[in-house]
Amino acid sequence: MNFAGIDIGSRSIELVVVDEDEQIVSALQADTGFDPITEAEKLTEQCDFDRIMATGYGRNLFEISFDAPTVTEIKAHALGAKTLFPEAGAILDIGGQDTKAISLFANGKIRKFEMNDRCAAGTGKFLEIMAGALGFTIDEFGRQALLAEKELSISSMCTVFAESEVTSLIAGGENRHEIALGLHASVMRRAASMISRVCPEGAIVFTGGVAKNPCMITLLEEKLGQKLLVPDDPQLVGALGAALLSKGK
Amino acid sequence: MGEDYKSMWMELGLDLDGHDALLNVLAQAYNDIFLSQKDRPETMSYFDFVMSEVHGLRIRELLEEKKTGRKIIGSYCVFVPEEIALAANATLIGLCSGADFATDEVEKLLPRNTCALIKSSFGFKLGKVCPYLESADMIVGENTCDGKKKSYESFKSLVDNLYIMDLPQVKSEQGRELLKNEYFRFKKAVEELTGVTITADSLKDAIRTVNAKRAAVHRLSLLRRHDPAPISGLDALLANQIFFYDNPARFTQSVNAICEELEKRVQKKDGAFPAKTVRILLSGCPQAVPNWKLPAIVEQSGAVIVGEESCVGERGCRNLTDDSGNSVDEMMEAIIDRYFKIDCAIFTPNGERIDHIKEMSKTYRADGVIHYGLQFCQPYLMEAIPVERALEKESIPCLRIETDYSMEDAGQLTTRVEAFIEQLR
Repeated sequence: MNFAGIDIGSRSIELVVVDEDEQIVSALQADTGFDPITEAEKLTEQCDFDRIMATGYGRNLFEISFDAPTVTEIKAHALGAKTLFPEAGAILDIGGQDTKAISLFANGKIRKFEMNDRCAAGTGKFLEIMAGALGFTIDEFGRQALLAEKELSISSMCTVFAESEVTSLIAGGENRHEIALGLHASVMRRAASMISRVCPEGAIVFTGGVAKNPCMITLLEEKLGQKLLVPDDPQLVGALGAALLSKGK
Repeated sequence: MGEDYKSMWMELGLDLDGHDALLNVLAQAYNDIFLSQKDRPETMSYFDFVMSEVHGLRIRELLEEKKTGRKIIGSYCVFVPEEIALAANATLIGLCSGADFATDEVEKLLPRNTCALIKSSFGFKLGKVCPYLESADMIVGENTCDGKKKSYESFKSLVDNLYIMDLPQVKSEQGRELLKNEYFRFKKAVEELTGVTITADSLKDAIRTVNAKRAAVHRLSLLRRHDPAPISGLDALLANQIFFYDNPARFTQSVNAICEELEKRVQKKDGAFPAKTVRILLSGCPQAVPNWKLPAIVEQSGAVIVGEESCVGERGCRNLTDDSGNSVDEMMEAIIDRYFKIDCAIFTPNGERIDHIKEMSKTYRADGVIHYGLQFCQPYLMEAIPVERALEKESIPCLRIETDYSMEDAGQLTTRVEAFIEQLR
């Protein structure tokens, strides 16, 4: 039998299928767009599975359309990360709209978690808008920021305020790499403080789309004083967790 | 609510269009949140009726009372002693809050970053949609948090009958002395309002009436320690909310009727939710009607709320007043003692509250505590962190929530609540 997990997030949808031995047999991704159910349907048609479990913002919508069980992204990420890295003591997940910090007991159960409430400041969406304001693509944003010689301090974490701050820094003739580093640093400080508040013990796994950003990894490692464990596909961790839960793990 | 109340509302000076809109939202929310629940106790039908008539029949009753010369006193806080009002032939009622209304008008008088509860009470006045407020002969404001005490300075320009009660913030001898002076000053003000002098007999009667009401609510609370919980947290919260509006004697009788039904349910192991459902204690800021957002999310996510450590809940009615005194002064002292035990977060230090949360978690066999703080409510938000730490020491998981009356955070709130419930399973 094959078991699927689908993570319908604000920016992208991931579908992971595992077999009886918990090996990944398919992993697919699509943009969420404005019709997540149709997108989800397209993904499910591309692979074979016997059971499916949904997580992410769109989980309840999926539950209604596909009569599938659901789990929160917090539990799904915890299990996904713990399976990939058995030494994991905590997970930091920075997605499109949410930042989550989760600490685990040794047996993998959730000890404590925090999540941003209402505002998406300090998430992938914030970085995406700032990259756009500086004329970088989201994929090159982190690499470009690492080229800066010094960090320009950005005081606002509100996306709209930060964007106007960036505009006035550009107008003031400041270097855009340094502005980029400043923006990364402000997101990093917020994420580091959130992960510290859940009292992590041991290794920290970094997941979500923002974990693909090399500047964010570097800054977080400096601040937290430890190497982060980053999966090859950090965006798939939630879907993997849901697939494993669907298998009954 | 029928046409026949329209003229009554008009005479009270309500804005009929705004009021209709409010009642429609209220009816819809009540339908979605309360009437859609499964396996409700039959005796809850009384509270359904009270809610359906909350601005109708109950207001008519109050206006009838006024015709006979009885005075109506409105309050915003559990520190305003109902015993004193009743003993002087007045009726005490809780004033409207719990929903955003006329926000644009409110923000001309209050900073935007004011807690939803204060903004709401202004909104109900400015939007002219609270018949309780418009029926009141005296409105009691109290110096609790900075937000409330400063906002009453502005509120004074909106109503002509505001009475301000000062409150202590430290549980010291001087603090008690302050409360004592304030309660005697309140007694005098109420006697002047009603023209009735409080006697030992009238005060004893009043104490007994209010004690009976609190005892009934407490009896209801204690039934919730059973598994399966015989009543949903939403229905129990509703009883705690109606506590502030209803006729005391009738309310007591109705709550006792619910308790009798629930006692039978407990014997048969009939629950509002199945046995072994995750049990949550809700702790923190008061939740006035129709502030049902968080409890609805919790119970729709599959947990049951087994207690409210709140002014609208156990904090407000935990203790009874000693009625053994024989003189007015003796009973006034007993009233002061009783109210001085309320562990509101305006007190510093306030370790009793943490003890009570721990005690309630044990009594009601909660699996976890959700700490509810209204955004910009400093006293409760600041206490949330020490509360969480103290609970963690006892291995009681705690989730801190900071929210308001809007629905904009419903998605994130649901995810966090669901994840907390998963954590407790």
